[in-house]
Amino acid sequence: MKRSNQATLVAVSLLVIAALLVAGCVTNGETPEETTLTVFTAASLTGAFTDIGKAYEAENENVKVDFVFDGSQTLRTQIEQGANPDIFVSASIKHMKALQDAGFMDNDTVTPFLGNSLALVVPIDNPAGITDLADLAKPGVKIVIGTKDVPFGDYTRQMLDKMAADPKYGEAYKNAFMANVISEETAVSNVMPKLILGEADAAIVYKSDVSKEDRDELIRIDIPPEYNVMATYPLGILAASPHKAEAESFIAFVRGPVGSAILTDYGFDPLPAGD
Amino acid sequence: MDLTRFRQETEVIRHSSRTRLGKVALTLLIAALLTIFLLFITLPVVSLFLRISPEAFFRSLSEPVILDALSLSLTTATVSTVIVVVFGTPLALVNARYNYRGRNIVDTLTDLPIVLPPAVAGIALLMAFGRRGVVGQYLDLFGIHIAFTTVAVVLAQVFVASPFYVRQAKASFEAVDRLYEDAARTLGASPLTVAFRITIPLAWGGLISGAILSFARALGEFGATIMFAGNYQGRTQTMPLAIYTTMQGDLDAAISLAIILVMISFVVIAAVKIVTRRKF
Repeated sequence: MKRSNQATLVAVSLLVIAALLVAGCVTNGETPEETTLTVFTAASLTGAFTDIGKAYEAENENVKVDFVFDGSQTLRTQIEQGANPDIFVSASIKHMKALQDAGFMDNDTVTPFLGNSLALVVPIDNPAGITDLADLAKPGVKIVIGTKDVPFGDYTRQMLDKMAADPKYGEAYKNAFMANVISEETAVSNVMPKLILGEADAAIVYKSDVSKEDRDELIRIDIPPEYNVMATYPLGILAASPHKAEAESFIAFVRGPVGSAILTDYGFDPLPAGD
Repeated sequence: MDLTRFRQETEVIRHSSRTRLGKVALTLLIAALLTIFLLFITLPVVSLFLRISPEAFFRSLSEPVILDALSLSLTTATVSTVIVVVFGTPLALVNARYNYRGRNIVDTLTDLPIVLPPAVAGIALLMAFGRRGVVGQYLDLFGIHIAFTTVAVVLAQVFVASPFYVRQAKASFEAVDRLYEDAARTLGASPLTVAFRITIPLAWGGLISGAILSFARALGEFGATIMFAGNYQGRTQTMPLAIYTTMQGDLDAAISLAIILVMISFVVIAAVKIVTRRKF
């Protein structure tokens, strides 16, 4: 009895190992005529690029577009550590530049394609009664911003520096503002739930971040141009991408009339092609 | 009976060479599995140490983000361990000694955080103690805010780490021979005296190792913390959160923090081994 148990154990173990080896050798069953494009996309583009992807797939049946949405700096780190997307869409020139300098990008394909700017967002019931930037320095206001590495957090700090340089606000404003920050998030997508749940009173995000569905839950307050920071989004194809033709076709679609219309609808400012 | 034994014996003779081969194959297989497994565990940990120079490690130790995270982590994990011990010890003692109706339900509930994914714990805590949460909305009326404060960090740690202590404490109390307790009682000791003079001292080793494990789990808490307490340096950014955040800008700092946590983990394992080996 004991011996047959041992034999069974050996047999089962060998079977498991064999199965694992076979599973390792077989690649995911991608049919030759269907291409999957993996697009690493800044979290602030989640809504717009999801829509663009659907529109593109409807026109191109043989291409499937898979998005990974996260903070640009997270996506950059993932690429540096071995992730292999076909396209990278960054919310800041800085992170794209770092990847270009390290040779990860096909540099000829990298172009700025989109403009965005910051906005102040509060929940619809506005519990802290915020009407402008000055209110954010009042004691007890709970603010959420980005970490210094995620583009929207970096732009927020640039905005605060501009305000600190203006005697109307001064350094004291910046300090009072930062003392009110309850959390620094690594992606825009982590900010909105805190506003919608009412855990935070205000957040500095992109003006495009208040999507159409959010408009009955959130209020967007514009930031005066003298303090605002204009963000430029670049996109490009990875040097190692095996699907360069499809990737170019997708980028052309993003910058074409359908893509531009969707982006404009979300509050972005598409830049004309050829810059 | 005899007949079956006879048959088995003849089978042994007939297949003895095959059995020996099987034994060798089994030994080799187990050796291979063991080696692969050990490599799989040690290689990533060793890689952490290989990816950073000692100078860079010591340099990053003076960075505010690391110092803040280290002191916040050690403070909150200590506080949450104390809370777990204070609340968990009576519970473990009662459940080890008394059979009451619903004891199984209490046991299951106290074990729940072990199997619950930390992200679930995070959102659950937020729904309970958030500003608009089931309890949080009433606390808010008194100006008490828990979510996104250091208190939230401690609550998240207590929630996820408590089962590690309670389970261990209950098992150690169950292992204490009731004879000693009965003897003390017949000599006129009150239940409280019995607990403090007999049961707890006899279960001491298990209680300490449970508390150390609970401390380690609290120190490593990530998911529930980032959802319920947020991520703010010096206030709610514990070491795991700091690793997650700095990895996106300053890889050296992230690796240094990871190395510190690895060292603490080794100390924890060694401490538990030493404590549990000593018999009281």
